[in-house]
Amino acid sequence: MSKASKSSGFEIVAREDFSDVTYLLEIRHPLMAKAARPGQFVIVMSHEHGERIPLTIADFNRTKGTITLVIQAVGKTTREMQQTCQVGTSLYGVAGPMGIPSEISHAKKMAFVGGGLGVAPIFPQARAAKEAGAYVIGILGFRNKDLIFWEDKFRKCCDELIVCTDDGSAGVTGSVTKGIQVAIAGHPNIDEFVAIGPPVMMKACAEATRPHKIKTVVSLNPIMVDGTGMCGGCRVKIGGQIRFACVDGPDFDGHEVDFDDLMARLRRFKEEEQAALERWSENCRMREIVTSAPVRAADDSGSLPDPFEEVKGG
Amino acid sequence: MAKKKTIRTIPQQRAPIREQEPAERTKNFAEVAHGFRVEDALHEAERCLLCPDPACVAGCPVGIDIPGFIQKISAKDYRGAYDVIADTNLLPAVCGRVCPQETQCEGVCPVGETLEPVAIGRLERFVGDKAIQEGWSSVPYIEPNSFRVGIVGSGPAGMACAADMAKAGCDVTVYEAFHLPGGVLRYGIPDFRLPNEVIDAEIDNLRRLGVKFECNTLVGRLFTIEQMIDELGFDAVFIGTGAGYPSFLGIPGDSLNGVLSANELLTRCNLMRAKDAGYDTPIPLGQRIAVIGSGNTAMDAMRVCLRLGAGKVHCIYRRTRAECPARAEEVHHAEEEGIEFHWLTNPIEILGDDKGNVRGMRCIRMELGEPDESGRRRPVPVAGSEFEFEADLVVVAIGTNANPIIGQTSKLKLNRRGYIEADKNLATSMAGVFAGGDIVTGAATVIEAMGAGRAAARSMKAWLGIRDTDHVYRTEKAGGNGKLFGIDLEERNYARVRIG
Ligand SMILES: Cc1cc2nc3c(=O)[nH]c(=O)nc-3n(C[C@H](O)[C@H](O)[C@H](O)COP(=O)(O)OP(=O)(O)OC[C@H]3O[C@@H](n4cnc5c(N)ncnc54)[C@H](O)[C@@H]3O)c2cc1C
Ligand SMILES: Cc1cc2nc3c(=O)[nH]c(=O)nc-3n(C[C@H](O)[C@H](O)[C@H](O)COP(=O)(O)OP(=O)(O)OC[C@H]3O[C@@H](n4cnc5c(N)ncnc54)[C@H](O)[C@@H]3O)c2cc1C
Ligand code: SF4
Ligand code: SF4
Ligand code: FES
Repeated sequence: MSKASKSSGFEIVAREDFSDVTYLLEIRHPLMAKAARPGQFVIVMSHEHGERIPLTIADFNRTKGTITLVIQAVGKTTREMQQTCQVGTSLYGVAGPMGIPSEISHAKKMAFVGGGLGVAPIFPQARAAKEAGAYVIGILGFRNKDLIFWEDKFRKCCDELIVCTDDGSAGVTGSVTKGIQVAIAGHPNIDEFVAIGPPVMMKACAEATRPHKIKTVVSLNPIMVDGTGMCGGCRVKIGGQIRFACVDGPDFDGHEVDFDDLMARLRRFKEEEQAALERWSENCRMREIVTSAPVRAADDSGSLPDPFEEVKGG
Repeated sequence: MAKKKTIRTIPQQRAPIREQEPAERTKNFAEVAHGFRVEDALHEAERCLLCPDPACVAGCPVGIDIPGFIQKISAKDYRGAYDVIADTNLLPAVCGRVCPQETQCEGVCPVGETLEPVAIGRLERFVGDKAIQEGWSSVPYIEPNSFRVGIVGSGPAGMACAADMAKAGCDVTVYEAFHLPGGVLRYGIPDFRLPNEVIDAEIDNLRRLGVKFECNTLVGRLFTIEQMIDELGFDAVFIGTGAGYPSFLGIPGDSLNGVLSANELLTRCNLMRAKDAGYDTPIPLGQRIAVIGSGNTAMDAMRVCLRLGAGKVHCIYRRTRAECPARAEEVHHAEEEGIEFHWLTNPIEILGDDKGNVRGMRCIRMELGEPDESGRRRPVPVAGSEFEFEADLVVVAIGTNANPIIGQTSKLKLNRRGYIEADKNLATSMAGVFAGGDIVTGAATVIEAMGAGRAAARSMKAWLGIRDTDHVYRTEKAGGNGKLFGIDLEERNYARVRIG
């Protein structure tokens, strides 16, 4: 039952692999393409027995009637999708667009910071800001040169683009906070920062801009179930208040967010996730033995990368 | 008509109910209470006095003709009984199981003054189950009109409104945010109380009436209520999105890992099937679980935890058993299953370990003081009575607030507390848009939500200019002393004329 269903559901019309852990899916959903605004996300169920996982709408094409998701394979569901989600197959459920759209403010000079996978979801916001007439600075962080994606897309909508790599294989050497310093040095009058990436990175960004008192919006990614405000699983602490990221966010003022609380809550199913991944990998191996069909990404089963410890460009 | 029954001539004992043994049932998710067998139903039907001015009918929020259907059971005309119920209640198999009968129909039945009241709920369930078994559904002849009706939310309110509008001939589409329809019946109330097959059967009945279900559709965000009217071409819209948005305790430690809402626990277990092998959704489970609150939601959460294999489950409630808002039967079942109740106890802090996980709570004893606005005596803390309570999972079931999505995305008028404002006909501030159920009243009951759906359908028909034939038949049967044009229906002092 781990095959994405072929007949019904939401059809995958294109796929692109950025690296062996990052892939893009373009999904046909004309109504969603029409409704989506920058900053919103969907909840996906890849098959009937699957989990509901939130994924940011990284792009949408209103004329083609498609939305784009960029996914990092970190655990059972996202790795399984990496195998089963091929062009022509369908996702069992795609609900959304969820969350309050990002405020595309009339700020004159805006900087958009994306770390690792955060690069994808920051794109529609940067583009919208450009369309609204802002001066747009892009700051993208990757671990190394090979992991860079969408640089061309950003070049088209940014007045200035700062690429950072941890190992210095391209652009500025160091994390995105280095990029932020470079940007502030060049433009002391930046009105607003928007940062998306792993919580540690967003926290670092908020700390980097705090002394300069520049408004910094972050997009939070707590564990979710329904995405409709019904379960409270996604609650985050903002200025000491409880907020539900799925209906009150996901964008919040980075200087108010309790990131430590968020990071602790993200670990709450760690054991279950690990177990699910192992079970699934074991299944894949069994199938491999039975059918001797090659199965990707099943070999490195035991090592679950923690997407929030591994600071991609953060 | 049978000769007049009195309290002395009727069977004194209620028909026996057969249930799974507590020790056995806490190991499975199968239904706790088995339904009546035919002989049980006949026995119980005998206990009804067939009151000429039945209190039970007034006690039922939708006014089911209770003596009417019970009489049909006695006559072994089960199909007839079903038709009587279906006239007002679309979901007998559901309501028979989950209504708080002791505060509604059964609570006012005069038999209850000296004996146990007539088991109206169980009789209703008997008829509802029979209907599902036999595949009865009252699909009337529907003459399509050209109206299109959109329903937001597939809970009991939405289902009821959809059914009535479909019967009136409208083209009805129900939009549901989840991947499966049913609302709380699906994601909240667990299988051992309301099996999924019952919900599926009721949804199938709606499909048979021509109702279309569109799941995975978050109205407000995918399209707005305004767009439904202006762009999608709906002539009228009903909003029944339920309450949602659970409250947390607002005390230190609220966001520790291991503190979650009952809604989250139940959704993971029921809708996402975390309890079944082969499903991916994880569910947190502890060995010593504390559930805060004592409504139906709390009872369900506790009993789900037991069935998932928790060591010990405790209920923490700041008032006493007498104020406990859950259905009496559920409290009874929970007690049988070994839930430990701590009345007059309130948490004031949740304690964590160094890894950010729950290790316990600090609680305080309460006592009942003066009555508050709700008429219940207000619990007040007893000074100096604080104590620590060990727990590794804390489930919060202390109520919900209004879901904000429709409010965020439309110009509909909301009340102070964020619920949708509707007048007595359930019309909202937007022409052609009606609302009912928990999103208007705040958390209530299944039957009240269903009643609201039907009341809204009546207003919707009036608004669309559809003649409400249903209404005329209702007056014939219930109101107007069973008379229409001076003809007493019960006496049948006229002959039906058949044409053709
Ligand atoms: C608003 C929002 C937008 C997101 N956008 C993207 C995106 O565009 N691309 C992307 O690759 N990922 C995105 N994520 C994260 C993505 O949802 C998780 O990586 C995914 O759920 C992991 O599932 P898994 O079974 O593969 O891994 P698991 O083994 O279940 O978990 C791996 C890690 O992911 C986190 N996680 C698990 N379940 C969830 C969940 N339901 N919600 C959030 N985090 C979870 C946990 O902290 C865990 O440590 C987003 C999350 C949120 C809340
Ligand atoms: C755990 C639990 C146990 C209960 N037990 C009992 C009981 O024993 N007896 C009893 O009488 N009552 C009980 N209740 C209360 C009862 O279930 C509710 O009062 C009733 O279900 C309300 O019905 P509704 O149609 O208004 O909303 P709901 O049943 O809440 O249904 C609303 C539906 O709308 C959907 N929705 C929400 N927003 C949107 C949107 N924007 N777009 C599309 N769809 C949307 C939701 O996903 C949901 O499916 C219980 C409630 C809970 C939570
Ligand atoms: S619907 Fe509920 S209140 Fe009405 S008769 Fe049935 S069980 Fe009683
Ligand atoms: S009130 Fe009780 S005895 Fe009277 S009709 Fe109703 S169920 Fe029967
Ligand atoms: S995901 Fe359930 S309330 Fe946000």
